[in-house]
Amino acid sequence: MTGISLSSAAPSVDSIQTAYMAQVHRRRLYGGLTLLIFVILMVSGFNVADERNAGGFWEGLHQIGDYPADVLSEAWEKRADLPALIVKYFPALVETINIAAVSTLIGAIGGLFLSLLGTRGLAKWPRLIPLFRRISDIMRAVPEIVIALVLIFVLGGGPVPAMIAIAIHTAGALAKLFSEVSENTDLKAVEGLSSTGATWSQRMLLGVLPQVAPNYVSYTLLRFEINIRASAILGFVGAGGLGYELRNSMAWGPGRFDEAAAIFILLFGTIVFFDQVSSRYRNRLTEGQGQ
Amino acid sequence: MTAVELHDTKLAAEKLFQRKRIIGFGIPAVIAVYLTYIFFAFDLPGLAERANLDNAVTLASDSWSHKVHVTRDNRSGEITYAVEGERKGTYPDGMRPAWVSGDEVTTIDLGGDHFVRYLPDNRTEIDIPGFPLITAQAEGRLVTTNLPDDLPDWISATDRRVGITTPEGRITLTGARTEVFNYFPGWELFWFTLDSPYHGQGLGTILFGEQLDPNRGNIAGAVSDWWNNAMWRHKDVAWAIGETVLMAFLGTMGGAIIALPLAFLAAKRFSPVMLLRAATRRLFDFVRGVDALIWTVVLARAFGPGPLTGALAILITDTGTFGKIFSEALENVDQKQIEGVSSTGAKPLQRYRFGVIPQVVPVLLAQILYFLESNTRSATIIGAITGGGIGLMLTQAIQTQKDWEEVAYYIILIIAMVMFMDWFSGWLRGKLIGRKD
Repeated sequence: MTGISLSSAAPSVDSIQTAYMAQVHRRRLYGGLTLLIFVILMVSGFNVADERNAGGFWEGLHQIGDYPADVLSEAWEKRADLPALIVKYFPALVETINIAAVSTLIGAIGGLFLSLLGTRGLAKWPRLIPLFRRISDIMRAVPEIVIALVLIFVLGGGPVPAMIAIAIHTAGALAKLFSEVSENTDLKAVEGLSSTGATWSQRMLLGVLPQVAPNYVSYTLLRFEINIRASAILGFVGAGGLGYELRNSMAWGPGRFDEAAAIFILLFGTIVFFDQVSSRYRNRLTEGQGQ
Repeated sequence: MTAVELHDTKLAAEKLFQRKRIIGFGIPAVIAVYLTYIFFAFDLPGLAERANLDNAVTLASDSWSHKVHVTRDNRSGEITYAVEGERKGTYPDGMRPAWVSGDEVTTIDLGGDHFVRYLPDNRTEIDIPGFPLITAQAEGRLVTTNLPDDLPDWISATDRRVGITTPEGRITLTGARTEVFNYFPGWELFWFTLDSPYHGQGLGTILFGEQLDPNRGNIAGAVSDWWNNAMWRHKDVAWAIGETVLMAFLGTMGGAIIALPLAFLAAKRFSPVMLLRAATRRLFDFVRGVDALIWTVVLARAFGPGPLTGALAILITDTGTFGKIFSEALENVDQKQIEGVSSTGAKPLQRYRFGVIPQVVPVLLAQILYFLESNTRSATIIGAITGGGIGLMLTQAIQTQKDWEEVAYYIILIIAMVMFMDWFSGWLRGKLIGRKD
């Protein structure tokens, strides 16, 4: 009896092992192939980019430090002027931050409505859910620069085109993040409110928002960090603020590098400052929710 | 519960209510005050003056239509027909649009009973329903017309230049040249330019009809003519989009490859030396804080404009972001799996390979793929600054302020590209780590 059961068990262990090994080999083969394709893509992509670039990678590599060194040495020579320059460019910095703040605010309000109208269970008009989702998809897909450039043509340069452009993108991006949160809301509060005859806006304001507010605020703060960078970049294409001043001072070239350095310092300091502040608050918000 | 305790609780509750009420009114009030400040700081009242609504109208109408110029050079008397007035869109000799007729007197039918006639000796007749026949004579640098002094607002006239705008088209007359612009809906010459034998041929004729060009097969010739279309530059556009995607791909993947080993140095669990950990973290903060804009500016000085510069700018910024995210993911690794692996007698490297990597890979892949999509958008913007990819083409097309249909075409392509990358990264994420929803 025992002999029979042993002999019938042994091949099955063997076959399991061979099957397992075959599976491992196949997995390794697939993994290796994926890695190979990836490496080929990276190398050939690098070569194409290198070829289409004005200067080559290897020729340029040792020059990376030249420009920062020029700027820093000139700024160091004129270090006495630096505080005055920082004061001079401070209004531009305020404008950049204002663009980011207003567009985040407007974008968050827009994203809030888009997400509530696009979430199953919460939407005011359930039939229009796909419409609102497509709207937020498209708003998210449009890079800020597209809207900014078109609006600069119509409205003239200045902070308003950048503000509208960033607000549109922010609304789309936040709508997606918000609706991921609001999909997980507890609908009992909403049901309770609707049993008392609350209107849609009352249900949202009293039933949904208190549940989702910490996450919404956290995402909005993260977006604010991103938007500061975006508003600096849009300034570079003519939308006012620090980026615009940076482009002007760069166009002057050597001799005005102290101005470029002052702007670099302001921009770097602002980004780091708001990163730290917002990440501290975001940690507090999400930790508070866990308790 | 005693009466004193109850009283205290009630007081505390009332305080809480009061605070909530203040917050409930305070936040909207602060927002309102801030928006009022912005209203004046951004000079919104002055915006109405600066805004150029004519530009908006041109933009809106030009983006879906094209115009054909019929130009008479008043010195040589030669008449040219050109789509959008571009040399690349000029009708070859002996060809002209069907709405132009006549030899001695060239009659241009703008539609809706609007006619313009180019008469010999640089004379022009403009026949507009409900308005007396306008005749004009170009002499030297002057234009003389029979226009009355009292003009409707769709006609502007000086003795040097006369401009007439009708719903059917626009006419400008100067001493040097007489021009008629006839508007049509659609993107003209999108497939083939006028010098191509395939222009005006239907899809059926090209696919199944007789050979149109003796030297080339129909399909190969048509594809090549479309690809090399000088007006719409499909080849350059495709390359530009490829460059933009390439910038995003190289930047994201390169950043991830560099950030992964550095993230181990920055994670508390894997790097016991405090100094090293702090140094790595400060490095991440630094490259992230400098921001893609400044990196682009600095790198463009070393490498010149092009996709490589953009890719490196994205790479450097993302190294910082990825480093931060990865090291946070590594700190949250579950210790139990590592213990389990080490209980089988695994060496440290094997512990990482089988205990740590399987836990973090889904998080890392999800982040990388998310950044791939968002970097496609960044690459468009960086391309506009550093000069590469579709961002540059869009900027140039807008700055020349001429071909708004090209701008519309690029915008549609950019949105399609970003949405495709969004879909693609979501699809890849689903394939690699399984779909969550």
